[in-house]
Amino acid sequence: MAVSSSVFGERHSLGLGARLLAALKLDAPLLLGLAAIAAFGLVVLWSAGGQEPGLLVRQLVRLGVAFGVMLVVAQVPPKMLRLWSPWLFALGLALLVAVLLVGDVGKGAQRWLDLGVVRFQPSELMKLAVPMMAAWYLHDRPLPPRLGELALVVVVVAVPAVLIARQPDLGTALLVASAGILVVLLGGLRVRMILLLGAVAAVLAPVLWHFMHDYQRRRVLTFLQPESDPLGSGYHIIQSKIAIGSGGLFGKGWGNGSQAQLEFLPERSTDFIFAVLGEEFGLLGLGLLLVGYLVVVGRGLFIALQAQDTFSRLLAGSISLTFFVYVFVNTGMVTGLLPVVGVPLPLVSYGGTSMVTLMAGFGMLMSIHGHRNLLAR
Amino acid sequence: MKRRIDQDLFERRFRRRMLFVAASFALLGMLLGGRAVKLQFVDQAFFARQGDARQMREVDIAAHRGTITDRRGEPLAVSSPVDSVWANPAELRNARDRIPELAQRVGREPEWILRAISSQPEREFLYLRRHLPPEQAAAVMELGIPGVHLQREYRRFYPTGEVTGHLLGFTNIDDAGQEGLELAYDHWLAGQPGRKRVRRDRLGNIIEDVASIREARPGRDLRLSIDLRIQYLAYRELKRAVQAHQARSGSMVILDVRTGEVLAMVNQPNFNPNDRGQLQAERYRNRATNDIFEPGSSIKPLIIAAALSSGKFAVDAEIDTAPGWLTIGTKTIEDRDNLGRIDFATLLLRSSNVGASKVALALEPRQLWSELRRFGLGEVSATGFPGESAGVLMEPELWRPIGQATLAYGYGLSVTPLQLAHAYAVLGADGRAAPVSMLALNRPAQLQQVIEPAVARAVLEMMQPVVSAEGTAPRAAIPGYRVAGKTGTARKFTSGGYHDDRYLSVFGGIAPASEPQLAAVVMIDEPSTGVYYGGEVAAPVFARVLGDALRILGIPPDDGAGARSAGTLVQAAGQP
Repeated sequence: MAVSSSVFGERHSLGLGARLLAALKLDAPLLLGLAAIAAFGLVVLWSAGGQEPGLLVRQLVRLGVAFGVMLVVAQVPPKMLRLWSPWLFALGLALLVAVLLVGDVGKGAQRWLDLGVVRFQPSELMKLAVPMMAAWYLHDRPLPPRLGELALVVVVVAVPAVLIARQPDLGTALLVASAGILVVLLGGLRVRMILLLGAVAAVLAPVLWHFMHDYQRRRVLTFLQPESDPLGSGYHIIQSKIAIGSGGLFGKGWGNGSQAQLEFLPERSTDFIFAVLGEEFGLLGLGLLLVGYLVVVGRGLFIALQAQDTFSRLLAGSISLTFFVYVFVNTGMVTGLLPVVGVPLPLVSYGGTSMVTLMAGFGMLMSIHGHRNLLAR
Repeated sequence: MKRRIDQDLFERRFRRRMLFVAASFALLGMLLGGRAVKLQFVDQAFFARQGDARQMREVDIAAHRGTITDRRGEPLAVSSPVDSVWANPAELRNARDRIPELAQRVGREPEWILRAISSQPEREFLYLRRHLPPEQAAAVMELGIPGVHLQREYRRFYPTGEVTGHLLGFTNIDDAGQEGLELAYDHWLAGQPGRKRVRRDRLGNIIEDVASIREARPGRDLRLSIDLRIQYLAYRELKRAVQAHQARSGSMVILDVRTGEVLAMVNQPNFNPNDRGQLQAERYRNRATNDIFEPGSSIKPLIIAAALSSGKFAVDAEIDTAPGWLTIGTKTIEDRDNLGRIDFATLLLRSSNVGASKVALALEPRQLWSELRRFGLGEVSATGFPGESAGVLMEPELWRPIGQATLAYGYGLSVTPLQLAHAYAVLGADGRAAPVSMLALNRPAQLQQVIEPAVARAVLEMMQPVVSAEGTAPRAAIPGYRVAGKTGTARKFTSGGYHDDRYLSVFGGIAPASEPQLAAVVMIDEPSTGVYYGGEVAAPVFARVLGDALRILGIPPDDGAGARSAGTLVQAAGQP
């Protein structure tokens, strides 16, 4: 009986481990890919964080919590996820509004909600709730959606995205929006529609510019010409490009990245950790990590293809591709391809909240794959 | 069944869409990969250079300044390593709460540091305290306050302090010579700072030495001609005399007659070069080379030497000084007593101004001038000491008869104590002049015969009775040694003319007269306790210092019994 089939080959005889994984609804290739990335991330973090054991332990604890959350979410059947979607979305929206009204200010932005026990970022919840809601809405409708239906989905995506952007947290808003848009794209969109949306985006860009905060505008300008302000807002990009570029093919060696270790590189254990990797492990290290990410995304898309209902397909596809967007936005920022937006490198950057959300998403992927009705086909 | 078809259709379309989206994302992935290759492969060298430009710096390595020693190797000026504490104000501002403990360890007021770091916010370098002893600097660094750093430097210490202060001068805080021999021989002592390439972090901390560009070349040592033992004696006795007579200032110079080396050179008032609070020109000026004075009667031996050299006077010539005064134009030159006809020895013994004037007036002005020049008057010596004066000796064409006459007893020309000592040394060296040197010579001095040996010996002989009981300076006598010398007591000339009550007391002498080794001049300015004659004020200093110096140098006593008994007698009577 073939319980698990994968792009990496069919397996017919099952060991104890495989049976355990199947019982826990876990997907082995996905789990291995995630674990490998996390392990590599810890290696880089050890160097980027200044060889501080405490830092590494805290990150390990977070990883443990995140993988635990993934395990729990994986036990929830996709049908349940689908039924919860509107409520989750409604809750998230309410919390977002609450944040705008009574939220805590941290680092100049109003993102946090103090629940007494924990401080909580509702925007993180929305990273999952928005694609779930979009997939839920498109689930029992003929696809591709009609214009009216599409408009409704756009509202579902746009409202939370705008609320998050107002906090202001452009990076998360971008991720939330792209997660929703990916659902729409996967749900089916006529070519004409894509062109139309592109035109609308082009028109909206100046409007968006108008609503942006000064620091956000500065980031965009800096991105276009970092050398114009090498000591101010261009500093991050210049230093990180130097770090990566000077790493060369094989890097300067673990712990030997002079840009990173001598503290020229800012945010080296969080948003800019990719530059540390590039400096110390070179093109080889970057390539290895990117291959790891590709394996995870590829496996996620495979799961989406294998999914048995529209909701599951759209959600699985969106989660996988959003993961890629994460990676691309962060690495694009660090290598100077994109403007600086505060998006961590998934599973590698030091930090907790977004990692938990991320792994909850992968928990859903596992659930979708693990709860397939094998006899239906 | 329709639903089934829809499902299949949807499935196919979904696959296609998925493929489309995945393909576009793959494109993005390739973009990213291309970017990485561009940065790390194509432009790798550029970025490596950019990184180095930010991390690599060239910094100076302080060079050790040469040690100054006396002629016997006793250290007079040494450089020892110290640490200067500096801060990057921008970083220190972030550690404001730790400033009190920092202030306490560097020895500053917390307010001082706060003001310093906030007054110029754009600065990246600020000395908190320079030249701390290494252990105290280490205690500062133990605090681990971000933005506080050390810089290795050398600090100059002068173990002999004020005893050699005027001679050595001092260096500034950057170890460059500012005064005295530290300045004159700065190029020799300073060495050349090295340079090295280092890797720095963003905060300016040096992480590693990457390469040495140039080794620091330490400065060379300097051995002075000074004999610290004699220097100390001179310092002690001069200070005692200046204090006892409540004088304004004083100088003493001791030369080695045969080599021109300066064995001692001291001044009052003095200063301690280790204490920068004492740095006032009034105190650190080396008066022995830089100040001039009218020598008074101490010039007379040189006038007699000029007279003998001219051939117009024989050694046993007699000069008629009656009636004890001499009128030239409107001026009158007087002796205290009418001495009548006297020989040169008596002229010196009784210090006859009339006699000396008559001798000087008998000589051609240019002849007298050139004889005095041979003794080194009116020109700087060979020491190269910063600010050394040449003294004043006017061209003979400008002289009037009264000027030529007063020159003979030491008015109308000016000398430095060193110049006078050097002129006396010529008399002691059989008429040969050795260039004055403040450095120990490592080869024989280049002596130059400037006056006839016979003339020099004759004048030396004539100068010996001066220290006898009948002379003006019995207190200059040294038991066991024969001394040749001459006193001088000059009225001081200031803007208001010559004073009746302000004097300068001088004694110049040579010992031992039988085989001269040392020439010395003691000058004491404005003794104000009533006694002011050179024989009373300056001569005792000469006797005490030279007496001990001769013993220290192991110079055997003269066997001239007469001189010894006279000296002993006077010593017994004159010394308290």
